[in-house]
Amino acid sequence: MDLIRVVLAVLLGLAPPAQAQERYITVASTTSTEQSGLFRHLLPIFEKKTGIQVRVVALGTGQALDMGRRGDADVVFVHAKPLEEKFVAEGYGVRRQEVMYNDFVLIGPKSDPAKVARGKDAVRALQRIHQAKAPFVSRGDRSGTHFAELELWKAAGIDIGRDKGSWYRETGQGMGPALNIASGMNAYVLADRGTWLSFKNRGELTVAVEGDRRLFNQYGIILVNPAKHLGVKREMGQAFIDWIVSSEGQEAIAAYKIGGEQLFFPNAGG
Amino acid sequence: MIDGILGDPRLWDIVVLSLAVSLSAVAIAALLGLPLGAALAVTRFPGRRAIIVLLNALMGLPPVVVGLAVYLLLSRAGPLGSLGLLFTPPAMVIAQTILILPIIAALCRQAVEDAWAEYHEQLRSLGVEGARAALTVLWDIRFSLFTAVLAGLGRASAEVGAVMIVGGNIDGVTRVMTTAIALETSKGDLPLALGLGIVLIAVVLALNAAAYLVKEAAQRRYG
Amino acid sequence: MILPLRLDGVSFRDIIHPLSLEIESGPSTIILGANGAGKSVLMRLMHGLLAPSAGLVSWQGENARRKQAMVFQRPVMLRRSALENVLYPLRAAKTADADRIAREALAEVGLSQVAHRPARVLSGGEQQRLALARAWALHPEVLFLDEPTASLDPTATREIEAVIRAFDAAGTKVVMATHNLGQARRLGDEVIYLHQGRVLERASVETFFARPATPEAASFIKGELPWI
Repeated sequence: MDLIRVVLAVLLGLAPPAQAQERYITVASTTSTEQSGLFRHLLPIFEKKTGIQVRVVALGTGQALDMGRRGDADVVFVHAKPLEEKFVAEGYGVRRQEVMYNDFVLIGPKSDPAKVARGKDAVRALQRIHQAKAPFVSRGDRSGTHFAELELWKAAGIDIGRDKGSWYRETGQGMGPALNIASGMNAYVLADRGTWLSFKNRGELTVAVEGDRRLFNQYGIILVNPAKHLGVKREMGQAFIDWIVSSEGQEAIAAYKIGGEQLFFPNAGG
Repeated sequence: MIDGILGDPRLWDIVVLSLAVSLSAVAIAALLGLPLGAALAVTRFPGRRAIIVLLNALMGLPPVVVGLAVYLLLSRAGPLGSLGLLFTPPAMVIAQTILILPIIAALCRQAVEDAWAEYHEQLRSLGVEGARAALTVLWDIRFSLFTAVLAGLGRASAEVGAVMIVGGNIDGVTRVMTTAIALETSKGDLPLALGLGIVLIAVVLALNAAAYLVKEAAQRRYG
Repeated sequence: MILPLRLDGVSFRDIIHPLSLEIESGPSTIILGANGAGKSVLMRLMHGLLAPSAGLVSWQGENARRKQAMVFQRPVMLRRSALENVLYPLRAAKTADADRIAREALAEVGLSQVAHRPARVLSGGEQQRLALARAWALHPEVLFLDEPTASLDPTATREIEAVIRAFDAAGTKVVMATHNLGQARRLGDEVIYLHQGRVLERASVETFFARPATPEAASFIKGELPWI
């Protein structure tokens, strides 16, 4: 079937540069991390040093881990510790290492119908929002952010699955669209600080609650288990992980700022 | 703002990639679809009408469905995983080719069937039949087929579902116009998204204008 | 030699009722009849473009397919030059020296000067002459013509008739369907008169016009030439 070979050769010739010589790894990460701009800042440093191109596919945490399970990524880099530990325990990942943390912020309209602004207690805030039935937008997409939100409802003693009403809107989309919808609806929403800082369509929204330790958002990085899938690029993937937890990688993370504010706080080695 | 967009070198990488992917898909889909449509037009076999109906229906194949199917095929957990094509431009070309092949084939079939009524007796009288006659008719009506091909190109350059799923919208590697617009919209940067949208429409318009002029010139030459 | 052509009990749906006849080499045969008589269908049955519903169409010799040609009422030209249209069937048959043969054919019908013009921009008469050139290049033993001048003006008609006469003079058997009686008398040697799918008469041209044997034929002639 020479025709198939010719066609494939034409197709593969499209991958710049030629597929066979290219050194790259595929990293499954989250939309919030990518949209914060961290990768645009971080990856060129690594690529320059090692010649390995890092290709990031940005999805929700749940989907990123699924990608790892299918072997379509070499490394997963997400922020939902229990899900990550399960991933490793099930044999899909080799080892989990902590990389950095950032925090979530509870965003809300300036009009503040639930009266939670300038508070320091995220859990109390959610209780008041639930009581006031103030509009609340949820990611609803198995992302790390969604997972964190669900943990907060649990801490607040609220069974959100049962108690949600029309005030609770699940979008099933990324952080950006969720913020867009919240802006359009003047609703409360839990967001990661990085996406919030680079979000441009704020409307009437502002930070309502921040600084609560429970809003702490830890990132972990895991090499996908090469024993499960033949094509996983073990050495290059491990090189990336080693670099990111090294002092050089950690300094690069700390150096990333938006408008003078540092977004991510490196804490590898923990 | 527009010159801010136009001045960004990353934009031109995205435009070039979009064109490369969609034009490649159109070329391959035409190579496969035109003979397929012609063959369907001139042959008779049991079940032919059912296949024609199916082909017409496939013109409306949802891009996300094609994207999902190709993803499952190319995933490392899937049958063609060892090719390592997922999240690369060739995967996007494959998905778009599948998407627009029915469009080109179905429209070609209609055009050839109409022309066949005019040509086939004379060709048979001249001793030309079957595949050779079909190809002669196909070549003779090439200007009408242009529209079928442009329809395919329009579909390919406009879709976002398939290329998003099989390409992964990777910055600098598989990000095309439509996925970039989707991304900027989801980030809330609506002016930028709109600007990109205008650029995309302008590029597609320019392509169509060029195609039209070429067709006119050639038509004058051949009657 | 593929003639004589024999039709045995050949019929086609309800358009041609079962008929038997023989077409021999030599005299040019005119198939005459009113519109709807079935002339076109009969021609297509003879040339093999239609399969009969019943009966047998048989030629003699070998390769009868390749030794016939047909010219239709409207010429079907490809979107290429006049010369390339004549070359097309020659190349398909892998004829040797195709270029020279094609150019000779164009010269024969007087179209040499438009050899490189797109065939579709030529006038109706020129395109029909081109169709004849295309047939000429195949050097057929039998030339079928289905109302070749029905769409043409008198000048173009004369030019076409001149070419048909040339075919006849060169030894090609001419079988032509027409309802133009003047043309039939000018070009034909024998007449087969078709009426509602049946052959009612067959005679030499002189006999048919002077003494039509059937009332249908008589009124047909009168209808076309009311001053007789």
